[in-house]
Amino acid sequence: MASTTKPGSDTVAGSGPDHGVAVTLFELRRSYGPIRALDGLTLEISPGEFVALLGPSGCGKTTALRVLAGLEDADSGRVEVGGKDITSVPTSSRDMGMVFQAYSLFPHMTARQNIEFGLQLRRMPTARRRARVAEMLDLVELSDHADRYAHQLSGGQQQRVALARALAIEPQVLLLDEPLSALDAKVRVQLRDEIRRIQLEVGTTTLFVTHDQEEALAVADRVGVMRAGNLEQLASPQDLYSKPATPFVADFVGLTNRLHATIEGDHATLLGTSVPLLPGSPRRGTAFVLIRPESIAVTADPAGRATVVTASFLGSTGSLHAVTDSGETVLTQIDNDAVATFNPGDKVTLVPRPNPALAVAAD
Amino acid sequence: MKLRAARRRRQSTFRRVVVTLIGLFFALPIVGMIEFTTRAPGGGRTLDTWATLFNLGVIDRDYPELKTGIQASAGLVVLTVAIMLFMLVPTMTWVRLRLPGMRRLVEFVCLLPLTIPAIVLVVGLAPVYAWVAYFLGESSLWLTFAYVVLVLPYAYRALDAGLSTIDVRTLAEAARSLGAGWPTVMWRVILPNLRTAVLSAAFLSVALVLGEFTIANLFSRDNLQVAINQLSKRDASLAIAAALAALILAFTVLFAMSFVGTGRGSSRREEA
Repeated sequence: MASTTKPGSDTVAGSGPDHGVAVTLFELRRSYGPIRALDGLTLEISPGEFVALLGPSGCGKTTALRVLAGLEDADSGRVEVGGKDITSVPTSSRDMGMVFQAYSLFPHMTARQNIEFGLQLRRMPTARRRARVAEMLDLVELSDHADRYAHQLSGGQQQRVALARALAIEPQVLLLDEPLSALDAKVRVQLRDEIRRIQLEVGTTTLFVTHDQEEALAVADRVGVMRAGNLEQLASPQDLYSKPATPFVADFVGLTNRLHATIEGDHATLLGTSVPLLPGSPRRGTAFVLIRPESIAVTADPAGRATVVTASFLGSTGSLHAVTDSGETVLTQIDNDAVATFNPGDKVTLVPRPNPALAVAAD
Repeated sequence: MKLRAARRRRQSTFRRVVVTLIGLFFALPIVGMIEFTTRAPGGGRTLDTWATLFNLGVIDRDYPELKTGIQASAGLVVLTVAIMLFMLVPTMTWVRLRLPGMRRLVEFVCLLPLTIPAIVLVVGLAPVYAWVAYFLGESSLWLTFAYVVLVLPYAYRALDAGLSTIDVRTLAEAARSLGAGWPTVMWRVILPNLRTAVLSAAFLSVALVLGEFTIANLFSRDNLQVAINQLSKRDASLAIAAALAALILAFTVLFAMSFVGTGRGSSRREEA
């Protein structure tokens, strides 16, 4: 399991109480008519680990989560939690807490009653139940909203109560199905960090489904990028970003330039500079190298072989679009205070930094 | 501004005229019924008929058919509402959750009775009721099966409107993930959020069952309307009083229904 320190917390993954269990999805297949939502998906999650599934719409990430929750049946394959095969166990007996994309608080119950619901079903004695509810409300910092109904809470507060409700039953696995997508940007970031803080505190094994790469990279120990019902790559956020295993991952995660290059062994020459190549790249001939905007340095140079198209201020950073003399468009990341120094039409020199990059054969 | 104010005044006047006309349309027959039931034999006014209607001893002794009709209708109301809710709420919820493709078909089937005249329904139901009588006896209470069919369109509409206001699928899945079985999901999560819709469906069914005459009469069974019809042949004044009482009861039920929606449940949704 990865041990990564995340923003907003100085705790280390997996250092919370030992509530986590291992989760294994093995060769899961699920079709809806001619559409294959899951095509032999295999995924292993370590105890207490926070794994995010990332991918475009229709890639099967939500189906994978729903199969794990028991809300969908797989056509074939196996689901194991804590070493036990639970493939045919009904949802209500799986002992998993789930937070949904849509607001899912029971409208006729207060926040307190919502959190109490799962505990009542487990016939927990009243005194213990009340203590547990208070503890959960405290965890999500909503103790003073205990007697409010869903309509009296903001979207972010509703999702926090939903999280408390899911965690109150001390689930073996916590499932998060795009819980932040209905929230506005600021609340989304706050709640994202809060989810991570709470997960580290309780130590529950967590599967988080999202289409927002920033969210996935920010909170997860490992991120799985899915495409057409299968995993393209499962790696730490750093590895996923800097060492993409496939062109799809390189394209999907972050911004990527696709530049012509000549390959020789484990190096490629592009924009007149040699860069090391990642495993999986071709070993000879011409190819496209997938290179991040921040991996290309740009300097003003009247004799440069590229021309500035636009330079944009993006707040904490800036971006610069340039066109090379050979007609390739290059996106680079620049300091925000350097934006004003570049004007459309200026000549610049583009130099790739020696970070390993992935190359794909030119068709 | 002046033009807008003038237009608003014209619209307000038009509304008042329409409401007054509708009010008169409903009030006139009722006033006529009150007038008829309070006529004294030698001229003047008396409440004797109404006193008789509410004197259970006299009704029991002198007008047993009215008592039987009231009892039958009361039983039919309870049975019809219970069977309708027991059948329709789980079915409609299940269709929304698991068989969304069947929704149009279920809607079509439920609305079908609207298009079939009662007399045609009776012709179709006659052989069925021959078997019902054979197996279950001649009790008027078995009319409930026909009445459930009759109330389907109204109950379906009311429940469908209620189900549309909540995210049934997410609520059910949330409850199941917390450990609830299907009975618990229905009883503790879905039904409380359908309170208004269930009450609307129930009230509409009550009003319809209390006012049903054709089927009961053609099957020679007893209910309130059949009893009133029989009563009218020997005591027109008491029959009209009973009809008016039933009408007022149905009105009250429907009027109450329009206020149920302003309770806690629906006001919460409005604020949300």
